[in-house]
Amino acid sequence: MFDTLTDRFDAIFTRLRGRGRLGDAEVAEVLREIRVALLEADVNLVVVRDLLEAIRARCTGAELAKHLTPAQQVIKVVNEELTVTLGGEALKISYASKPPTVVLLAGLQGSGKTTASAKLARWFRQQGRHPYLIGADLQRPAAVEQLRVLGAEIGVDVFSEPTDPVSVVRSGLAEARRLGRDVVIVDTAGRLAIDRVLMDEVRRVSEALHPDYTFFVVDAMTGQDAVQTAEAFHQALQLDGIILTKVDGDARGGAALSVKQVVGRPIAFLSTGERVADFEIFHPDRLASRILGMGDVLSLIEKAEREYDEEVTGQTIERLQAGTFTLDDFLDQLRQLKKMGPLTGLLSLMPGVPKEVRDAKVDDRDVGKIEAIICSMTPLERTDPTVLDGSRRLRIAHGSGTSTTEVNNLLRQFKEMQKMMRGIGPMAKLMGGRPGNPSKSSKGNRKKVKGGRVTPSSRGLGPTR
Amino acid sequence: MTLVIVLIVVAVALLVSAGLVVSTRSRLGAALEGRGAPQPGTLPSTASTISAQAEPEPEPSPRFEAEAARPVMRDRLGRARGLLAGYFDQVRGRKGIDDATFEELEEALILADVGVATTTRVLGDLRDKLHSGALSATDPTALLQALQDDLVAMFDGDVGSLAYGDGDGPTVWLFVGVNGVGKTTTIGKLALRETESGRSVVLAAGDTFRAAAGEQLESWAERAGARIVRGSDGADPSSVIFDAVQHAASRRAGLVLADTAGRLHTKVNLMDELRKVRRVAERPPGQLTEVLLVLDATTGQNGVVQARQFTEAVGVTGIVLTKLDGTAKGGVVLAIRSELGLPIKLVGVGEAPADLVPFDPAEFVSVLFG
Repeated sequence: MFDTLTDRFDAIFTRLRGRGRLGDAEVAEVLREIRVALLEADVNLVVVRDLLEAIRARCTGAELAKHLTPAQQVIKVVNEELTVTLGGEALKISYASKPPTVVLLAGLQGSGKTTASAKLARWFRQQGRHPYLIGADLQRPAAVEQLRVLGAEIGVDVFSEPTDPVSVVRSGLAEARRLGRDVVIVDTAGRLAIDRVLMDEVRRVSEALHPDYTFFVVDAMTGQDAVQTAEAFHQALQLDGIILTKVDGDARGGAALSVKQVVGRPIAFLSTGERVADFEIFHPDRLASRILGMGDVLSLIEKAEREYDEEVTGQTIERLQAGTFTLDDFLDQLRQLKKMGPLTGLLSLMPGVPKEVRDAKVDDRDVGKIEAIICSMTPLERTDPTVLDGSRRLRIAHGSGTSTTEVNNLLRQFKEMQKMMRGIGPMAKLMGGRPGNPSKSSKGNRKKVKGGRVTPSSRGLGPTR
Repeated sequence: MTLVIVLIVVAVALLVSAGLVVSTRSRLGAALEGRGAPQPGTLPSTASTISAQAEPEPEPSPRFEAEAARPVMRDRLGRARGLLAGYFDQVRGRKGIDDATFEELEEALILADVGVATTTRVLGDLRDKLHSGALSATDPTALLQALQDDLVAMFDGDVGSLAYGDGDGPTVWLFVGVNGVGKTTTIGKLALRETESGRSVVLAAGDTFRAAAGEQLESWAERAGARIVRGSDGADPSSVIFDAVQHAASRRAGLVLADTAGRLHTKVNLMDELRKVRRVAERPPGQLTEVLLVLDATTGQNGVVQARQFTEAVGVTGIVLTKLDGTAKGGVVLAIRSELGLPIKLVGVGEAPADLVPFDPAEFVSVLFG
């Protein structure tokens, strides 16, 4: 979502790279560009002003390190300021000493509260808790029904009754206590910040609940208004955190910066897709890195950790260590990859992916084609692609409903990849070989990620350039 | 496809190495700090965050202080309206027109989500008028008036009415947009309006994805006295809309309002699905006369991207701007109008069905000016 912001900074800093020193004039030019980039990214004007002031003070001040180029200096400063603005550190949930821990969700209409409630419930369950959902949105037709369907999908009970929001949460809370649930998540109706009656209602709901956490749910596509809305909700409810939704779109997401700045509470979660599993804890420092085009390797690893089948990956690693990586392994990895969601989303997490590739339209159905091609091969062909002559390739193309060009393409790329994997293999062996030495392993490990980060993007992407 | 293969290869390679990290992570334990960080020190150890979640430490709740500090809601409307008005008052209050004037106007327009590009262009035109002498350099009020007129003129020709087909079959209006902008609610309100003016309306519950979207539309159908055609959850939306058109044709109903699931314009497959929905909707006897992009007034500059992508995919004929009764000004429609030429058809200014009104450029701009 922050890709376009990244591109803007890229353009600025590429120009900056040509300069020897960073004078006042350069600082002013860079600041102007940063200002436009931030405003186009929907960061609130007032927040932009504060941010620019901080950046200016630090760029023109004596703080500059001698060993960095001007571009690096500015990137470093901007990165740090963005990190500070985005929240310094992630929210840590601490559970109420006397359960249940009560979580209240509020926000504008259509910001995604109901979906976020269900996703949050699923997240708590993954943390080993026993969540309970209360549907207090009696305003929108079928909102409670929506929550019930989602609740059934994730296996969390939903409480609601057609009375009024305050009584619903009272009885819901009592019911949660009776059932011994330790986390209660309350979905409320969407309301405009200037709607006095409804804002008053949600405050009474909050007073009846004494929530441990009140989250403001805000759409990543929100514009300048994010500040005013957040301010109003914060005044009425004393927010504890922010849930940023629809992050999977291409909105530049400046609202995240604005809201964070105004409310002064951390962005707690990101809602990153339509599936209930698309929900993650927010890491401001990672996001700041992502804005600056450094990629988000940590989120990628976490995603892999969550969705990857350890056994399958383990087998692949074993084969890597043995120095063999076949089309079968490729197919396994491909299927794992599919589980992690659309390719474009993954790409945005990867550092060093050039703009052209990031902007390219990726059709995820092509993944299916590749799967079909490999599935149309015999076991022998999969382990030893060198046997593939013209007639075998034609057969495979027919069998998979593709063309021989596409089969050839795949084989060529696979060959490239095998080379790459051979590079990874020995490292894997090395790591497997010395489990007992933390300091050395740690060093090797750091290398590993670097290898995974730099090598593929420089080698694998070579042919397209 | 070559590109996709390349990407997959890269991704797989990266993930295998990520997998390596994952599988060795448990062994490495605490020594993992700083792993893979492009800039060690800027990234914290996730391990510490995770353990903090798993082992909660009881913390004194700040609730009590918070309650005392909790203020009573003031009238937000006045304050919100005053925010932009303040800029214009300042401009008006000064004797002449200078750089500060333009800075203030720029800030006001940007705060209204008009966007940097459109703001720069509009103000550039205004500057030109000053230089050419068409505007007096000492009359800020005339300058503001000229700005207002320019903005109204941007919507030249927008009438705010929706087209009906002139053939025999039912007219079809298709509603598209990203998640949560108010498509279903807009359809419900329109259904009420159209049945009240004597049309026989069929609602097509084409949002088969979001849980209970069909139920939501059904309660509107009941209220409006309209018929509704629904498919099972997860059904092909095209088939639902096909059925609705057939149903409307056989009942000689004049109007089909077709709902679709909210979708982000970046999802290739969902946009393809929408293309198919459009193809089905315009198949006779149905007459597709409007494809309406529903847009939330709180949307920032991403609204332009949305409008572009949806227009590319399904040929949007106009925009419905919802939730304009909040503090958001919806200025992004100015950017959309100037970049894509899409007319604004309807505006939602409140929860009541009567609050969905035809778009009026002059009124819209005057609201923009506070």
